Amino acid sequence: MTRITRGFHGRRRPDVDPARVPPGQYVTQDFPVLSAGPTPHGSLDSWSFTIRGQVDQPHTWTWDEFQALPHETVTRDIHCVTKWSKLDTVWTGVSLDTLLDGVETSAEYVTAFSDGGYTTNLPLEDLTGGRAWIAFSYDDEPLHPEHGGPARLLVPHLYFWKSAKWVRGLELQLEDEPGFWEGYGYHNYGDPWREQRYAGD
Amino acid sequence: MNWQPGTVLELIEQTARTRSIVFDVPGWSRHRAGQHVDVRLTAEDGYQAQRSYSIASAPEDRHIELTVERIDDGEVSPFLADELLPGDEIELRGPIGGYFAWEEAPGTPVFLVGGGSGVVPLRAMLRHHRATGSTVPVRLLYSARSLEDVIYRDELTAADAGDVRLTLTRRQPAGWTGYGRRVDRELAAEVCWPEAERPLVYVCGPTGFVEAVAGALVKLGHDAARIRTERFGPTGGETP
Repeated sequence: MTRITRGFHGRRRPDVDPARVPPGQYVTQDFPVLSAGPTPHGSLDSWSFTIRGQVDQPHTWTWDEFQALPHETVTRDIHCVTKWSKLDTVWTGVSLDTLLDGVETSAEYVTAFSDGGYTTNLPLEDLTGGRAWIAFSYDDEPLHPEHGGPARLLVPHLYFWKSAKWVRGLELQLEDEPGFWEGYGYHNYGDPWREQRYAGD
Repeated sequence: MNWQPGTVLELIEQTARTRSIVFDVPGWSRHRAGQHVDVRLTAEDGYQAQRSYSIASAPEDRHIELTVERIDDGEVSPFLADELLPGDEIELRGPIGGYFAWEEAPGTPVFLVGGGSGVVPLRAMLRHHRATGSTVPVRLLYSARSLEDVIYRDELTAADAGDVRLTLTRRQPAGWTGYGRRVDRELAAEVCWPEAERPLVYVCGPTGFVEAVAGALVKLGHDAARIRTERFGPTGGETP
């Protein structure tokens, strides 16, 4: 049951289309930073991106090989489970469709893994169909380390903790396994439009 | 996790910009020190706003306490900090999180570093430490602009406060014997346990503060996996 809060009127923003804001979210112009630990600062020389696990053989790209893949620039709204949403964010990266092209697998699940030990789990299907990227640029600038640079997963249709910062690869799996925040009670799937913030939502 | 009504029991002005709200929440699940809670406000026409706040009270405290810093152009914090009255009811959901949490257990020393209102979850940990009679060494380094900006000032400067070190970055009172500078690598090295003792570190504050402190500790040789952080606000935010 919802209770009216005495004296609360809210500050609705006339410039924001409510249809673009999922339940319980508010739109911010800032770009808040949320990370569980220190920001890693690795060198691009030792950077690589790997697809491994349930595959015939692991696929690995160095930074230069990765940069040689076709790029896409996309404009998307992003939604953080801590309640902020940011509209029309502009990212450049490599589509997961490109990276997964030619990867033979019977896996249905993925664990994305990152520098610093962060992980998050997703259905493989959610990374395909033009819905996910490995992004290395934000707003036409190299992605800042605080925001996950040199490269982060971008899966804007799920809460933003699924868009793993400092991503280094994907582990393709037959079974679903909770990632870092999923193991601390956050929702396994995390659809902002169904307000799947925490386990049981 | 369901929304639960919480009744405001008490309001405590902490500083000019912060106030603590003590709630009675019947049937609240015990939290761990450092966890947070979601707050939901509902206007008469059904419009709702949600935000997350760290829990300021220890699991052993009888009531749930939040401490809210007023953000002038904010939607929820000015209401909580200025409008709420004892007896009012708002909805809460939690506890949430679990990585930025500390539970009493034998272990290495615990180093807490707070900037501004980032002290809130660390204060819950200090109270939990005291309530459990823990023998694990715990130390708080708290950075604020001035003594007037120190939240929980009486509690943190009391004789039985434990190992609390304040640094006042903008203005120090006459005769101040504490630190008077930002938490840089030097100050972190001076106040934190050496890396060889493998302290467990919790850093909470504005993004710029947390980046600086956590980065300094990593450069001092501390294991990044033993540094837990909680940031708020945008990139390059002001450092308290």
